[in-house]
Amino acid sequence: MTSSNWHFDTEKSLVESHGLKLDEFEKIVEGLGREPNLTELGIFSAMWNEHCSYKSSKYWLKKLPTSGERVIQGPGENAGVIDIDDGDVAVFKMESHNHPSFLEPYQGAATGVGGILRDVFTMGARPVANMNALRFGDPNHPKTKHLVSGVVGGIGGYGNCIGIPTVGGEVNFHPSYNGNILVNAMTVGIAKKDKIFYSAAAGIGNPVVYVGSKTGRDGIHGATMASAEFDDDSEEKKPTVQVGDPFTEKLLLEACLELMKEDAIIAIQDMGAAGLTSSSIEMASKGNVGIDINLSKVPMRAANMTAYELMLSESQERMLMVIQPKKEELARSIFKKWDLEFEVIGEVTDTKKLILHMNGEEQASIPINILVEDAPEYQRDYIVNDPSPLISFESKDFEDKDILNDLLKMISHPNLCSRKWIWEQYDHMVMADTVVRPGSDAAVVRVHGTNKGIAISTDCSPTYCRHNSYEGGKHAVVETWRNIVASGAEPIAITDCMNFGNPEKPEIMGQFVECIRGMGDACSKLNYPVISGNVSLYNETNGEGIYPTPVIGGVGLIRDLSNTMTIDLKNEGNVLYLIGESNNHLGNSHYLSIIQSREDGGTPSINLDDELKNGKFILDCISKKLLKSVHDVGEGGVLVAIAEMCISGKQGIKIDITKDFLHGFFFGEDQARYLVEVSQNKLEQLEVDASKSAVKIERIGEIGGTSISINSIGEVELSSLIDHHTKWFNEF
Amino acid sequence: MKTHVIVFPGSNCDRDVAVAIQNIIGSSPEMVWHKDSTINQSDLIVVPGGFSYGDYLRCGAMASTSPIMKSVIENANKGVPVMGICNGFQILIESGLLQGALMRNSSLSFICRDIIIKPTNTKTIFTNKSTISKMPIAHNEGNYFANSNQIKEIEDNDQIAFQYCDENGDINAHSNPNGSINNIAGVFNKSKNVLGMMPHPERAAESIHGCDDGRNIFESLLS
Repeated sequence: MTSSNWHFDTEKSLVESHGLKLDEFEKIVEGLGREPNLTELGIFSAMWNEHCSYKSSKYWLKKLPTSGERVIQGPGENAGVIDIDDGDVAVFKMESHNHPSFLEPYQGAATGVGGILRDVFTMGARPVANMNALRFGDPNHPKTKHLVSGVVGGIGGYGNCIGIPTVGGEVNFHPSYNGNILVNAMTVGIAKKDKIFYSAAAGIGNPVVYVGSKTGRDGIHGATMASAEFDDDSEEKKPTVQVGDPFTEKLLLEACLELMKEDAIIAIQDMGAAGLTSSSIEMASKGNVGIDINLSKVPMRAANMTAYELMLSESQERMLMVIQPKKEELARSIFKKWDLEFEVIGEVTDTKKLILHMNGEEQASIPINILVEDAPEYQRDYIVNDPSPLISFESKDFEDKDILNDLLKMISHPNLCSRKWIWEQYDHMVMADTVVRPGSDAAVVRVHGTNKGIAISTDCSPTYCRHNSYEGGKHAVVETWRNIVASGAEPIAITDCMNFGNPEKPEIMGQFVECIRGMGDACSKLNYPVISGNVSLYNETNGEGIYPTPVIGGVGLIRDLSNTMTIDLKNEGNVLYLIGESNNHLGNSHYLSIIQSREDGGTPSINLDDELKNGKFILDCISKKLLKSVHDVGEGGVLVAIAEMCISGKQGIKIDITKDFLHGFFFGEDQARYLVEVSQNKLEQLEVDASKSAVKIERIGEIGGTSISINSIGEVELSSLIDHHTKWFNEF
Repeated sequence: MKTHVIVFPGSNCDRDVAVAIQNIIGSSPEMVWHKDSTINQSDLIVVPGGFSYGDYLRCGAMASTSPIMKSVIENANKGVPVMGICNGFQILIESGLLQGALMRNSSLSFICRDIIIKPTNTKTIFTNKSTISKMPIAHNEGNYFANSNQIKEIEDNDQIAFQYCDENGDINAHSNPNGSINNIAGVFNKSKNVLGMMPHPERAAESIHGCDDGRNIFESLLS
């Protein structure tokens, strides 16, 4: 539609400033049978933006496998739920807080943690672990240091205060994030299978209750901001970033869990993105009912707030509930004990409409189905670019290269060096159930009061996704699966956080489509379904998009914690083996990028049959107590993985390997591989079992000494490895 | 043994210490809400770690004025063992039961990691089984300070409970995680029935924690 035939009373610029397209506005008018008032326009804007409506991604997300024998709740609720035996369930989800964290890193990251924690305890689970996945720009970019410090401070500030351990995560640097950092936060909680809470409102006439903090003017249009690209003036959007209050969240957590022990809550929904708007509409939509709200009753932090502001505020630490009328006083007394707001602000109706009143006047009346079922859904055009071509490297190109010197350069690079500086700022031990601390393949937390544990890993390799989105999507899934296997756990399910550029560009949409296809194939093959997730699009600044970054958060179960594995080498005299095939794949490896400043050569292809076979072999060996330590071979290849095991265990190793192409072997990033430590008396059994399972194993060397020594090449002392590994962040 | 753990809004190590008491001392403690006014008959009162009142004001300042603290102080003055861990140490200082101050870590960052401490006085109810021990710290404000007169006084009275040290027990700058004066990690009151310490013994209390050196503090109380 051109501006010349704009025939509405509503100003065109007002519609545009609400992030709505003109045909979307027409759809609103058609649905309502009239033009919306300002409050209603704000509500549509909040519900129909990309962040809340998934309008560009929904069609494709439906293609992911979401069910399985352990899946109790798949995507669509506040978080997904899996069965972990004995009547226990694990509840988890990952969410992005990218846009706000770039504008205001401390508060953006802090409220990202706060939001995902609420998603999990809304379901009736006590959160037991936080994880994250962070992407920053070039380490030397002038903004990077400020952003890293702010984000790490915000994640720690929130998680430490509320007392949920931050047990791990991943951090990477790449220039494609110079203008759009990624902050993805994941929470895992534990609940009882018969005490899971959902969001569907029910019971006509039942009270709708507001609990938590008061509503202020912070974060208005936060979700709409997060659905747009940045430009040079984006700093001006800072007021759309919310401010976190972890202390109030701690009180809200305890009050909600206390009330959940009573038979009082019919439905509960966190007020996250788009606050009161999305929470009330989602509850009504899921329950197929209407909701009337008297906005004058909403606890307010500022004077003279309007209906528009109250509906769009993203003030934090708030929840909406429908409760049993008979339990109202009991519920009120619990929230008062914790010094929190508790106000009946409305009721469930049979109108199937959201009707708002304030000061005795009707402020909005919108049929729920127009907002939800009739929300725009796009099958956007997409182009799949050809994957970057594979390059074959030859040993003669590397004859003059010094392997051990290259190793030192690699482990001191920001993308491979120790993250201790970061995780020491996170309380990773509060709750006293942390079994495997940050720095191993997966974090492991005990299920409180039992001898079983949950293993958690977050991962993604955006460079792989950029050069071959299909294999990259597969890789992100498989990498978490492998990390979980390496910790001794059976992988069960994943959550995803799909971070991409502008979906209106066909090549970006093509990346999205291909990543989804790769993820779906991997999830199906590995019986590792997607149970929750989040999509963050428009991660662009001045038209430059980020690399496709489908971050995966995987969760597994260790039935007996004595089978927990870590990466640190344990004992002198034990032998290190490599499990899996090595084909010297140096394309798009860390070796090329760090040592040769190159980014080409294709993405390693992933053979899902091999992944499954090798992973099962590892779990089988662990249950037979054959292994002392296990490490997935990932970023940087075999030699970097060996160095990490040595540094972590403060053990040296004598590597005895003969290869034509040592650089390819040591730094290639072929998939489906693990390093395992085996004691002398188990070597034979390992070799026999491997041969029975048709799994390739290769002896690497014997553990001992104070250095990594490679026959015919030389050695490097552990102390030097440790210095190089920790230097970059220590000087940060 | 009858034990009590105080719960303030924002306490978050209350459950952890209750589990350690249950496992080591053998009976579960009574959890006491901060708005309660009295504790009768206790053999041990623990003020746990966390972020009471969010630590939005000076750490421990708000909690030290909670109704229950009057009873904690009375019990302490009667000789009942009182132990403050981390935020609990900060609260005991703010309430006047212990001397000194806990300032922001010298690194200006939150620090969560294992450290090693050495008991300075092993003739107390809390430390009679203590040796050089590894356990975690997790705090932003654990930088202990006392002026020279106070330091002299607490030294003369053997009131230093623990000092940060290295694996060999050497007390040096390298082993000091947060800038504490004289590497002080914990102190007693004059009568040695009140202990405040920044490290978390309840997080080093079973094999799953990777280290169980924290047990010796609770075991000392049993003997």
